[in-house]
Amino acid sequence: MFKHIIAVSVLTLAAGAAFAQAGGDTLARIQSKGEVNLGVRDSSGLAFSLGSGKYVGFHTEMAERIVDDLSKHVGKPLKINYVLITSANRIPLIQNGTIDFECGSTTNSRARQRDVDFANTTYVEEIRMAVHADSPIKSVRDLNGKTVVTTTGTTSVQTLRKNERAQNIDFKTLNGKDHADSFLQLESGRADAFVMDASILAQNIAVSKNPKDFKIVGEVLSTEPIACMLPKGDEKMRSAVNDSIARQIKDGSLEKLYDKWFMQPIPPRNVSLNMPVSESTRYAWEHPNDKPMEDYGNK
Amino acid sequence: MLHLDFSFLTSKLIHDYVLQGLIFSVVLTLIATVVGVAIGTLLALMRLSGRRWLDWPAAFYVNTMRAIPLVMILLWFFLLVPRITGLYIGAERSAVITFVAFEAALFAEIMRAGIQSVPAGQAHAGFALGMSYAQNMRLVVLPQAFRNMLPVLLTQVIALFQDTTLVYAIGAYDLLKGFENAGKVYGRITEAYLAVAVVYLAICFSLSYLVKRVHQKVAIIR
Amino acid sequence: MAMDWQVFCRDTLTSDLVSGCLGTSRDPTYLNWIIGAWGWTAAVSLSALLLALAVGSVIGVLRTLPNNPGWARFGNVWVELFRGIPLLVQIFLWYHVAPALFAPMKSLPSFVLVMLGLGFFTSARFAEQVRSGIQSLPRGQRQAGLALGLTQWQTYRYVLLPMAYRIVLPPLTSESMNLIKNSAVAFAVSIPELTQFAMQATEETSRPIEVYLAVTVLYIVTAGVVYLALHWVEQRTRVPGFAVGKREH
Repeated sequence: MFKHIIAVSVLTLAAGAAFAQAGGDTLARIQSKGEVNLGVRDSSGLAFSLGSGKYVGFHTEMAERIVDDLSKHVGKPLKINYVLITSANRIPLIQNGTIDFECGSTTNSRARQRDVDFANTTYVEEIRMAVHADSPIKSVRDLNGKTVVTTTGTTSVQTLRKNERAQNIDFKTLNGKDHADSFLQLESGRADAFVMDASILAQNIAVSKNPKDFKIVGEVLSTEPIACMLPKGDEKMRSAVNDSIARQIKDGSLEKLYDKWFMQPIPPRNVSLNMPVSESTRYAWEHPNDKPMEDYGNK
Repeated sequence: MLHLDFSFLTSKLIHDYVLQGLIFSVVLTLIATVVGVAIGTLLALMRLSGRRWLDWPAAFYVNTMRAIPLVMILLWFFLLVPRITGLYIGAERSAVITFVAFEAALFAEIMRAGIQSVPAGQAHAGFALGMSYAQNMRLVVLPQAFRNMLPVLLTQVIALFQDTTLVYAIGAYDLLKGFENAGKVYGRITEAYLAVAVVYLAICFSLSYLVKRVHQKVAIIR
Repeated sequence: MAMDWQVFCRDTLTSDLVSGCLGTSRDPTYLNWIIGAWGWTAAVSLSALLLALAVGSVIGVLRTLPNNPGWARFGNVWVELFRGIPLLVQIFLWYHVAPALFAPMKSLPSFVLVMLGLGFFTSARFAEQVRSGIQSLPRGQRQAGLALGLTQWQTYRYVLLPMAYRIVLPPLTSESMNLIKNSAVAFAVSIPELTQFAMQATEETSRPIEVYLAVTVLYIVTAGVVYLALHWVEQRTRVPGFAVGKREH
């Protein structure tokens, strides 16, 4: 069988053909299987893991509520299979149908819209940087000649390169393999700054050995709408998910959820991130839209 | 300065984070060994069949697998298997398929050497006694080939157990990841890496001691 | 969705096609990037290979020294230690743990740490080959060397090692190719080598098949070059009339 797989793949590659994308009717598939494959993250500020197989966070819990609403929509109870995804593999997994949708920390961008669809924006992220509390770095301009870490497979890698070019400064970039790894490089002094989503910075600082040793500084490098990612071209699925999000905004449950995960002490270490709802996030709730980051005034 | 603090490694934490990873690493090793040796033996027989249409595909498969870094093979299978089969497949199942496919290629080479180590006269004697090819292989050649190759096979199993850490690349939850996540949650990654190194060293050292004992036991006196 | 190799001609920021495919160091294309990544893979592999050869030879020799159980035991512990921990974990130990324990190591660039990790890991394997090569020589060779009045060092230098290296060259060649494949783990500690390129470029271009194929081919080419080089050495150093086993690997 494995030889078969290889033979098929070699033949296919040789022919230069590609495989049809899964896509299709996600809701029908969910209904017939009675289960949903939900993509979850393990170290983002919006969705993270509490150890073996337990996934939590603002967007993870919001996704569970979306599944509740989908279950009413298809008229049968749905079991959730949590599928751990990474920045680097999430788009292929949506495309090949491994996951039905994911709510984590994916930025809605034009480039990604070619491959996947996005639900309405539920959180607006600001890309900033974390530095040691005693660091003289206050802005991107101060990064000249420094070492900056960011995480492989995120838009921050490109954001950083863009800023480097626009400001005509020169710094060394390290790509951590995940957020925890990137933060470790900041903590150990290997990097002078960690450029990433502010919620991820806040979360990594909160669970670090000494949260007081770090601070978030500098201008907002990029404002990014974060939304659930859906299979491309499945209008039924998209409107079902958007209906659920609209319901959660309208009855105030989304704001309560936000409060629970950003203002109250959260597991595993019972510290609070202390991040009140930002203006841009509230605007997105009040005016549901799926604009990509390019429409947020980013270059 | 650094103060190492292992107090976060409580039994509850090990149960919550590490155990699942340990079980996966062990199960992955066992499945890849058993199925890999079975398929590897078939591949070895194909290569030694003397028939080109059997030998060449097997040789192509074995050499391709051995020419590419395992990390890249993991990424390839993670990308291609769902696209080809259209089936839901998580990182863990993808890892199992990849390791079976990869280890089969390595075991094929070991088994080929093992079969060649059995003197041709033995097979000739089997045929002279009226045994079929299958009987000859099953009753005469393969038992001796396994026995001759047992130390090498077991050493490869240890290497395989170590290689399972590479499932990291596709995000599967193994022993390393278990310790790492535990360390992450408590901001103690340095200690977590040290702890996982000690655990691997203990397991691998015990296994390699075992292999030495087996080696002394099964050596055929000629 | 046929294959689109033009993806490598695109600017890494604007995704615009660049004529001539190669950009500048300030405005690189994915082709520039993958070439740079290949350079990192080659640099990590070759430096680790040299380190592994040097350390592996010393440890291998130590384990064969007669009347020196202390050194032999040190050699054995070295081999068990560096063979008993998975490579990826060893790389993490060098990159994250060692600098935390020994402050001066913080100033070492990550390239050096990965070279140490990969080099020492492979040195244990080389040492095992060198030891078995020396021990496979007839005992009379050592005795003859000493009887001629050579010192222990001279016996190794002029009698034992020249033969032993010839014997172990084939297995060393295959271990060296393993080392190049193993260098892929450097992705895990922020070395911008081929595997890390594969992961990041896949995310940015959504062209995994093209990116993976290119990276896979570059790995095979690198391993092939090392194979040819070592094979050439093997041919050049063959002692006429002294057949060194059958080549099997």
